[in-house]
Amino acid sequence: MTTTTGGAAIQAEGLRKSYGRLEAVNGIGFEVGRGEIFGLVGPNGAGKTTTIECLEGLRGADGGTMRVLGLDPRREGYELRERIGVQLQQSALPDDMKVWEAMDLFSSYYRNPVAWQPILERLAIADKKQTRFAGLSGGQKQRLFIALALVNDPELVFLDELTTGLDPHARRSMWDLVRGIRERGKTVFLTTHFMEEAEQLCDRVLVMDRGRIIALDSPANLIRSLRAGTDILFTADRAFDPSPLRSLSGVTRVEKNGERFSVSGTGDRLVCIVVNALDEAGVLFRDLRTVQPDLEDVFLALTARSEGDGEDR
Amino acid sequence: MRGFWKLAWVEIKIYLRQPQAAFFTIFFPLILLFIFGSIYGNDPNPLFGGRGMVDVSTPAYLAMIIGSTGLLTIAIAVSSDREKGVLRRYRATPLRPAAVLASQIVVHFLMTLLGGILLIAAARLVYGLTFTGRAEMVFLGFTLASLSFFAVGFLLASVARTARTAYILGMVLYFPNLFLSGATIPKETFPAALRSAGKFIPLTHVVNLLQGLWFGNAPAEHVLEAVVLAGLLAVGVVVSAKTFRWE
Repeated sequence: MTTTTGGAAIQAEGLRKSYGRLEAVNGIGFEVGRGEIFGLVGPNGAGKTTTIECLEGLRGADGGTMRVLGLDPRREGYELRERIGVQLQQSALPDDMKVWEAMDLFSSYYRNPVAWQPILERLAIADKKQTRFAGLSGGQKQRLFIALALVNDPELVFLDELTTGLDPHARRSMWDLVRGIRERGKTVFLTTHFMEEAEQLCDRVLVMDRGRIIALDSPANLIRSLRAGTDILFTADRAFDPSPLRSLSGVTRVEKNGERFSVSGTGDRLVCIVVNALDEAGVLFRDLRTVQPDLEDVFLALTARSEGDGEDR
Repeated sequence: MRGFWKLAWVEIKIYLRQPQAAFFTIFFPLILLFIFGSIYGNDPNPLFGGRGMVDVSTPAYLAMIIGSTGLLTIAIAVSSDREKGVLRRYRATPLRPAAVLASQIVVHFLMTLLGGILLIAAARLVYGLTFTGRAEMVFLGFTLASLSFFAVGFLLASVARTARTAYILGMVLYFPNLFLSGATIPKETFPAALRSAGKFIPLTHVVNLLQGLWFGNAPAEHVLEAVVLAGLLAVGVVVSAKTFRWE
């Protein structure tokens, strides 16, 4: 990801925010390029929402500098909010407000609103136009909040815990919507605590824990940095003795559990080597699958390490 | 003030969709009017200083509408919008906070006015209500009293952490105001002790002001009421401005 400083959507430097004695955000700095889907992940209480609210200008930081679309979120908050779209973690509309009224109302808040009917259609809630807010399902409410975040055709969209509380199906369709927002040339800054979501959606992920950055890279690089191996699992006849597999290049461990076998190892050619060896030995194997570390493993490893750091202090 | 008129208009529509809000502002005063009107009629009655019951009660019921809008409707509406996160959502747009507050005031003033006009129309049509004051003075008094009680409503919404607390605070204040001020039960029927206790009830001053102006008293006779209500307005605005939270 190459971005010039002038073109960055977000620049933060030494951002700090405390609530009483609790240091929610402890001097973090990062940059988000235009057109990027940037994810902020971390356990509950890591400081994600505080960070996003500082960037939106809804909360004042105690220290550090921020430029969002070239503006200072605190001093130029109204100007900034003309140009960003915001979906908040906890918010609502009046129960008796209808969907079309909300779209019409929020459009009137901006200098240059776009036609909202196509937005509702794109989000597949156009048929709910006459429905009151209280009559929408959780997924429909989230769609409406995304629609409201898009009425001003924003350059940058903030999504805070977009899919929390949604079923897996609704979650996946939200992901498509987020990709669609980016395809329209917008920058997306999102927070999530679903690692699969970050892995599927984000170009880069910032892992945060207790107010600090503990990693910042693409999901693929983060996973590679874990240097964990691959597990190959398959089913074969109980009589098969897998111990010769141990001598194969890259294999570190072989296990047998009834008719389930597992071979662990490292190296890009590991699967190829093991499958060839099984084939040459005439083993009839079935249900072969490989298990690789995902962002969740990275996250657990990183946050566990940071936990340890905390105890050292 | 971009967004202000649209917000006010949507708020009016939402208001009219909620029967519970409209009940205290629009229906309850009418119910009282018909109950007491059917008992006493509007003939001159020594009990009401030689005036008709409806003539005395109509301006008092106007005070009741103002009190319930301020102490209950506004306190609950604003605190529950905050609790649910509606105000948070508005804040994440370029909408100015002043537009949100102003739209609340405009909407609730219009609804209070609507309740008052319906009450006056019903009293006139059914019981031949008489009016001997100056309409613009009554309107001025009505407006001052509304703003004062609305400011108290915002104060309650500001100091209460939750909508539930605002509701309880509103109720605790509303009922003494309602019954001890003469807004529902004519104070002519009160024993002397109760009447003097009533002087410490803010809504009493609204009842006195509106009744006086309704009967054509000179505004100069109501300096006390105007000062009390202006003071209430000032306290409400200052405390709300210092303590109001958007979330």
